[in-house]
Amino acid sequence: MKAIGVEAVNVTKRFGAFTALDDVSLKVRPGTVHALLGENGAGKSTLVKCLLGYNLAEVGSFIVDGREAHITQPQDAGRLGIGMVYQHFTLVPSMTVAENLVMARPDVPRVINWSVERARLATFMAGMPFKIPLDVPVDSLAAGERQKAEILKQLYLERRLLVLDEPTSTLTPQESQEVLGLVRSLVQAGTITVIIITHKLKEVAAFADDVSVLRRGKMVGGGAVAALSATDLTTLMIGEKHAPAIIERLGAPGATPRLAVHNLATLGDHGRPGLNIDAIVVHPREIVGIAGVSGNGQTALLEVLGGQRFATSGTIAIADKPYHARRDEAFALKVRVLPEEPLRNGCVPSMSVEDNASLRRFDRNDDGSPRRWLDRKRMSARAKTMIAAYGIRTPSKDVPIAALSGGNVQRAILARELDGAVDVFIVANPCFGLDVKAVADIRARIVAARNGGAAVLLISEDLDEIRELSDRILVMRDGAIVFEAPAGADAQMIGSHMVGHG
Amino acid sequence: MTSAAFGTVLFAMLAGALRVSTPFLFVSLGECLTEKSGRINLGNEGALVLGAMAAYAISYETGNPWAGLLAAAGVGACLGLLHAALCSLTKVSDIAMGIAIMLAGTGTAFFFGKPYIQPSAPQLPTIPFGFWSSSAQIRSALDVSPLFFLGVIVGIAMAWGFRNTRLGLTIRIVGDSADSARAMGLRINLIRLGATAVGSALAGIGGAFLSLVYPGSWNEQLSSGQGLIAVALVVFARWNPLYCIGAALLFGAAGALGPSLQSVGISKGYYLFNAAPYVLTLVLMILSVRPGRSLKGAPGELSIVR
Repeated sequence: MKAIGVEAVNVTKRFGAFTALDDVSLKVRPGTVHALLGENGAGKSTLVKCLLGYNLAEVGSFIVDGREAHITQPQDAGRLGIGMVYQHFTLVPSMTVAENLVMARPDVPRVINWSVERARLATFMAGMPFKIPLDVPVDSLAAGERQKAEILKQLYLERRLLVLDEPTSTLTPQESQEVLGLVRSLVQAGTITVIIITHKLKEVAAFADDVSVLRRGKMVGGGAVAALSATDLTTLMIGEKHAPAIIERLGAPGATPRLAVHNLATLGDHGRPGLNIDAIVVHPREIVGIAGVSGNGQTALLEVLGGQRFATSGTIAIADKPYHARRDEAFALKVRVLPEEPLRNGCVPSMSVEDNASLRRFDRNDDGSPRRWLDRKRMSARAKTMIAAYGIRTPSKDVPIAALSGGNVQRAILARELDGAVDVFIVANPCFGLDVKAVADIRARIVAARNGGAAVLLISEDLDEIRELSDRILVMRDGAIVFEAPAGADAQMIGSHMVGHG
Repeated sequence: MTSAAFGTVLFAMLAGALRVSTPFLFVSLGECLTEKSGRINLGNEGALVLGAMAAYAISYETGNPWAGLLAAAGVGACLGLLHAALCSLTKVSDIAMGIAIMLAGTGTAFFFGKPYIQPSAPQLPTIPFGFWSSSAQIRSALDVSPLFFLGVIVGIAMAWGFRNTRLGLTIRIVGDSADSARAMGLRINLIRLGATAVGSALAGIGGAFLSLVYPGSWNEQLSSGQGLIAVALVVFARWNPLYCIGAALLFGAAGALGPSLQSVGISKGYYLFNAAPYVLTLVLMILSVRPGRSLKGAPGELSIVR
């Protein structure tokens, strides 16, 4: 068996005064899938980064394949046969898969003899349980294929222990099944041992042999997956018995369209097709979810609706009035947007929380008339109210918003956008990368806005989120709306339309 | 214009293209190499001017124009090293630094170049492809500098190298995804330092062509912004060294328009026609950069793309 085991013994890692890992021990048996479970900031990534040589643990040691290992830099881990597949892809986007694979080797010759390399790659691919086109640039591969190419690269480097960091976070259900199934079969064949970092309990139950749970830098439990229930794992992860409550959608959607997008088209980026949307209609008191694999035009749609991109043709209407995403129109028609990566798209990072909280209204009175001098008192009061009402954790309202954690930036922008009456609310990936509590908070706010009568357009790459929140689901592929499904539609069916096998 | 005159103009533009394009070719290849590694070097204009001055001065002092050529590459490389070293500090903008290097390069050249405006330095030899003709006009038009062929070879070698050598692929990785490069343990700053220095040395050779081949003298108006045009040319060439060769020829032909028309007696609007390369730059930039669409083929780490 080529697969190797690894053991962490009493590992402690501090960043300044903050203890990221506190006396953590972990044993991964060779030839198994070991899940590392925990919320954001629990220390999962820090632990594997220590193993991979990106971080150096202050205390403790690692035992690899039965021997104590001194791993001080990533190359050391590579020599021991330990590799990692990152959440953010590390293949070079403009290079082909073949170029990426060859360049990943530590012993690339000065001049690359492509006929020799090709033969080598062909032999290697013949022994793999799946195929990837070798001669296309990586950025033209779908997310699932990219993920497979990342795994392929590690196998090509003859790794015997692979760490997968949230490998399915950007994949459709089918792609997730496929990738994890592939990993499982490689493990069963004894080729590799796998440590998988995740917070998806379903995946742990379906694909892992053992599980370890981290919470706030401490190992709080674990064991064989078969012996633990989902409730046990949730309790270990959050440390409380109750799962966050889901807010229900109340009241039926209105009959007259509030947001109507017709025949919308844009230019494409990097040779990909642009938008080509026939119609998206959202009614008051309705959440319409737009599902789709990352990179199928969701960002472009959001940019057009948020005024960050020109449409080459098409109309957007809010309650039958034409809308061009200008600031005065947004104010008059009560259109609000929670963009993805709000630190980049939704605020001025170096300005204070208070200033950012007032970006929509600092230059207007309540009746909409223009203001020339800022009303600092009101801005300050508004910021204080928002911080209290949304539980935004910040040292004060005067620190730059960039200093806040991702979840708190998200809360702050959400507070600003949901301030006052909202007729149309456009949201993109609102919970990406947030912990369970922040996710529950933010989803509750979105549903509350809907129950209050807003028309909500929810663009998300998380299909579970779409299914949980939406009254109606649209599927986007290659810049077009290709499928419509009612609330609670089957995930597999939606997924098949997302990838185009429907 | 008669058809004979029209033919003369075309021929003169063709010949002019071979000549005028060479500095464009070297600077754009140098800039292409630097940008492939993920950095922009506007300082190549400075390297061009300083290279021209150094080549002329050394050629005059030693009597050997090839020594002048080496000197031009040397001072270019030095400016490139300076640019790359300063840009590798955190939070230094490569655009702003490039402008500083450009001003430093031209300023230094003017300062040390004053005594060399009058004297005439030995020129680099040319290859007489027009030996078969009895017409002196054709013979002089077909005197092609070996530097032109060197530029074409460098371009082809770069295009080949970016696909087939470890070094070429490494440069592309660093230029396209610093994250990947870091994950692979590549020394990003060192690779960019090398690419910028070599790129700048190429720009210096372009300068040597200006002062030692065509127009073949040293004065302060020698470059008139060719180094900056070459930056636009790289965008137009989509960061492909082979396209750089074609684009340089096109710009060379545009630059030869004014003199060509003058050669058949059309001198009206001479200065207007001399503006052709600049107008062409503007038109191509407008055509190739459209709103609502990002640049195709641009290295992912360039500060203008990110």
